[in-house]
Amino acid sequence: MANLELLKKTATQVRRDIIRMVSKAASGHPGGSLGCTEFFTALYFEIMNHDTSFSMEAKGEDVFYLSNGHISPVWYSVLARSGYFPVEELATFRCIDSRLQGHPTTHEGLPGVRIASGSLGQGLSVAIGHALAKKADGDDQLIYALTGDGELQEGQIWEALMFAAHYKVDNLIVTVDWNGQQIDGANDDVLSLGDLEGKWKSFGWEVVHLKDGNDMEQVLTTLQEAKALTGKGKPIVVLMQTEMGYGVDFMQGTHKWHGKAPNAEQTETALAQLEETLGDYPF
Amino acid sequence: MLSNINSKGKKATRDGFGAGIYEAAQKNPNIFALCADLVGSLKLNDFIGDYPERFIQVGIAEANMMGIAAGLATAGKIPYTTTFANFSTGRVYDQIRQSIAYSHKNVKICASHAGVTLGEDGATHQILEDLGLMKMLPGMTVINPCDYEQTRLATMAIAEHNGPVYLRFGRPSWPMFTEGMPFEIGKALKMNDGKDVSIFATGHLVWKAVEAAKQLEAEGISCELINIHTIKPLDEEAVLASVAKTKCAVVAEEHNVLGGLGESIAGLLARKNPTPIEFVAVQDTFGESGKVPDLIAKYGLDTVNVVDAVRKVLARK
Repeated sequence: MANLELLKKTATQVRRDIIRMVSKAASGHPGGSLGCTEFFTALYFEIMNHDTSFSMEAKGEDVFYLSNGHISPVWYSVLARSGYFPVEELATFRCIDSRLQGHPTTHEGLPGVRIASGSLGQGLSVAIGHALAKKADGDDQLIYALTGDGELQEGQIWEALMFAAHYKVDNLIVTVDWNGQQIDGANDDVLSLGDLEGKWKSFGWEVVHLKDGNDMEQVLTTLQEAKALTGKGKPIVVLMQTEMGYGVDFMQGTHKWHGKAPNAEQTETALAQLEETLGDYPF
Repeated sequence: MLSNINSKGKKATRDGFGAGIYEAAQKNPNIFALCADLVGSLKLNDFIGDYPERFIQVGIAEANMMGIAAGLATAGKIPYTTTFANFSTGRVYDQIRQSIAYSHKNVKICASHAGVTLGEDGATHQILEDLGLMKMLPGMTVINPCDYEQTRLATMAIAEHNGPVYLRFGRPSWPMFTEGMPFEIGKALKMNDGKDVSIFATGHLVWKAVEAAKQLEAEGISCELINIHTIKPLDEEAVLASVAKTKCAVVAEEHNVLGGLGESIAGLLARKNPTPIEFVAVQDTFGESGKVPDLIAKYGLDTVNVVDAVRKVLARK
């Protein structure tokens, strides 16, 4: 296993990046980004076999698709800190002429991004398409995808679930960011997801639980476990329980910071809780 | 020469698609076909018979089909999605917009049963808005071929074009009259030189325009007949050159008058060379069940409608 301490330090810096990006842009989605920081850090710094020189087709490497595109800050930070583009570019998030659009896109040619996402429910289908291509090419690398939990309310998701099981797309690991929150409140109040595990299972997926998606060690162990389940005839889902806004006390566990930027004072309070471990980018 | 343009039997444009995708697949191993439970209607049986490993049956799940196509394209494949035009466009507009057009994926959206010539199934399936929907998407190439052979050639040509394409064709058996004529994406096909009026026609209505032009020529009205198979990018040069000569235009299409080829040409001429134009198109209404000839007559898409439009526009010159 990689240096756990270094991964944790990286995650803390990623959280600082998220707060600073969203604060400077005075817009963006800190809640889900902070909740998924361990996942992204583990994926890009430990789990995935990927090449930061970036080719769209990604032959011979693992590929990640972000379906819930609004948590772009965490992805951009991890992409930059992995070496896909200069960390300084994070300062341009959501600004005019930036490659770091509010929601991720290929349109401005940002390395690391292979599809636009933001309108929800579409990324899983795209990930399946790429997984099928890898199988056709005899490429044994894996496809990873992340969806939100509220996003599962979209009908296209269930089309994709049915398809992936029918065609035994077993080179695909989907993770659900299961924080129980969405814009208008708790999932259970807005539109209950019901028996999430039972739903995925009955659609023919292998279900893996990740009880604390904000515990780096658990994230690593569970993703390795999921990897070991690939190639066995079933698509795999990791139901990852996270806390929205994790790491910043006043943002934690509430939907209120889903899509809201902190003001100057709140930014200062948040950053005081997150040690600068790898060096801030300038702005 | 109009006298050389004759129907050499009838076949459906969708048959041209079936033949074209089969030939394209023979040449290019990256071509995949996806279908949402309409294999017979889309004439995919030859393709599936010889290339089963490159065929993906997605079931009745068009949104998922568009996403899967985008993923295949990301990996370097050339996916052709196939279903009826209605389910290829309006039903999945946002999937096309985000995952294909905005993401600039090399996906070929192939749509059969467009327009009222779908016939008896009625308005739920007779989309008349698809050209407008698709041409509004930045970077989307929109092609509406007129007969079997042109559809076959277009189906092969789009494999060589890098970028998203909407290819629209139809259900009915239709006159075949373009054999031996060239096809190039974005290049209008002049079928007859004329001096009195320019007739710009697309899809099934090209044949109606041929019939109308013959009738008018017999009366001494010289029609320049231009087949606009590529709605976008529009061959502006060809349109402007023709109108500079004839000073008036008729546009004929099996589409709502709003959003179709007519508006593209009107917009161009308004900017570059204001000219009287008449439109043969569906007048902002839905279709209905019926036999193809009855529908064409009722919705004003027949030879007589093209003839009338020419007379009207000549009077406005």
